[in-house]
Amino acid sequence: MALKQISVFLENKSGRLADVTKALGDAGINLLGMTIADTADFGILRIIVTDTEKTMKVLTDNHFTAKMTDVLAIEVDDRPNGLSHVMDIFCKNKINIEYLYFTVDRRNGKHLVILKTENTNQALSVINSNGLSTLSSLE
Amino acid sequence: MIFNPTAECMPTEERKALQLKKLQETVSRAYKNCAFYKDKLDRAGIKPDDIRSLEDIARIPFTTKDELRETYPYGLLSVPLSEIKEIHTSSGTTGIPVVGAYTEHDLKMWGESAARCLAMTGATRDDVIQNGYGYGLFTGGLGIHHGGRTLGATVIPISAGNTPRHLQMIKDFGTTTLTCTPSYALYLAEAAQEAGLDLKETKLCRGLFGAEPWSENMRLQIEKRLNIKAYDIYGLTEIVGPGVACECTEQHGLHVQEDFFYPEIIDPETGEVLPEGEKGELVFTTIDKTGAPLLRYRTKDITYLFREPCACGRTTVRIHRLMGRNDDMLIIRGVNVFPSQIEEILAATKGLQPHYQIIVDRTGNHLDSIELRVEVDESIFSDETKKMEAIRQNLAEIIKSRLGINTKITLMEPKSIERSIGKAQRVIDRRKI
Repeated sequence: MALKQISVFLENKSGRLADVTKALGDAGINLLGMTIADTADFGILRIIVTDTEKTMKVLTDNHFTAKMTDVLAIEVDDRPNGLSHVMDIFCKNKINIEYLYFTVDRRNGKHLVILKTENTNQALSVINSNGLSTLSSLE
Repeated sequence: MIFNPTAECMPTEERKALQLKKLQETVSRAYKNCAFYKDKLDRAGIKPDDIRSLEDIARIPFTTKDELRETYPYGLLSVPLSEIKEIHTSSGTTGIPVVGAYTEHDLKMWGESAARCLAMTGATRDDVIQNGYGYGLFTGGLGIHHGGRTLGATVIPISAGNTPRHLQMIKDFGTTTLTCTPSYALYLAEAAQEAGLDLKETKLCRGLFGAEPWSENMRLQIEKRLNIKAYDIYGLTEIVGPGVACECTEQHGLHVQEDFFYPEIIDPETGEVLPEGEKGELVFTTIDKTGAPLLRYRTKDITYLFREPCACGRTTVRIHRLMGRNDDMLIIRGVNVFPSQIEEILAATKGLQPHYQIIVDRTGNHLDSIELRVEVDESIFSDETKKMEAIRQNLAEIIKSRLGINTKITLMEPKSIERSIGKAQRVIDRRKI
């Protein structure tokens, strides 16, 4: 199963990250994972949260441009070559990765790589047939 | 040197008689041969015979830029198409360009206008004119070209751009006279400095600059940096390109070629003709153009007329350097841009909000730059930066192909561009012209 990620468009100006995190925090939403992609003029904040539906509502109510996307959360071993094992499978199956970042599953301390591919369903079946675990929720 | 002393130094009364005769001929030709004008004059209840004095011109209805678009492409022709020898258009940025159609007679008149202008600034047949206006549909390039040929000077049709070649030719060919936009002149000065070319060591001594707004302050900068005298030349695609009016070596107002173009200043609100010396909108009637004459064309340019004697000996009326516009047209590196054109492109682009802001600046390199800020909504927002960059690039390409200008696109958050009740501030012009 895929995991829901929320992306937020942020202009490159001071205070925007503070604004968005405060809005989410005030609504009782916990951030379970995040990364920012930045360009010269704008950034894209990508977050994994406790309540995606509520998060979308809070963001929209606060006039942020936000979007829900399917990403893959794959458990990786916390050891050398833990990631390269996963990458090797992607490479052999010719699946391109758009971006990736790491987080930790707070429930069991396991390391997770969150990644976006061109075709999520295809990636999912490849991952599952290679014996890797994917998570559809971090709650 | 005065290129045509008879025309340019004619006593005012004599010229008025000549203007009236030419006006009467123009109106009757237009009435007879052009359905657009016949209809227009009929509706106003005027016959060509009603024009008995120059003051009667006020009875003729104005012609507007919108009407020029409505009559595109040939609706203003007052001669058979076979008589038209050259066609120019404006950058055509709104989709429908403004057309300038010239007969052999008109081209000769245009050439003489531009030649008179070049001569006003001291150029003669012994000069080498490096023409940095764009050649093509734009009237700048060929207008100066026709003028230089009529003057008998040497013309280098180098066109716009390719700065290293400009510098090389100034040096190698002994260019004396530079014609281009004022901002490009400043850019050249800087490039010369960087390339280690001392312009004082060249023969360059004058420049005729136009096609975009500039100021006295910019003149001082150009004169100092290029070590030349800088003159303001005025023209517009609708009338003829460069040549309508130009400064003489006195650098005090632009002499209008009054025997070709009859100027009036009107109150832009009421349309009432204002006396000389009063500021208002400049209106031209072409009284020596046969292909597609214009009757009382509203230029939207704001200035005033003055007729005190000029030390150069010319008796033609002068206009003050343009003082602004009566519409929201922007002139970016010589290209006319209306905010509404940007708005149309945004409206046709999926996912972009119609809220936008245009920021015009004249930055370090002295060239105009334009930034377009647009709001991004959910429908086009992507979690992938490359897709967001593609939106910017795509929009910049559309604007480049339609408007002919390079734009920096900045994506903004929704609601971040100020909404105002009534007239939104769509344009922020930071140019210190």
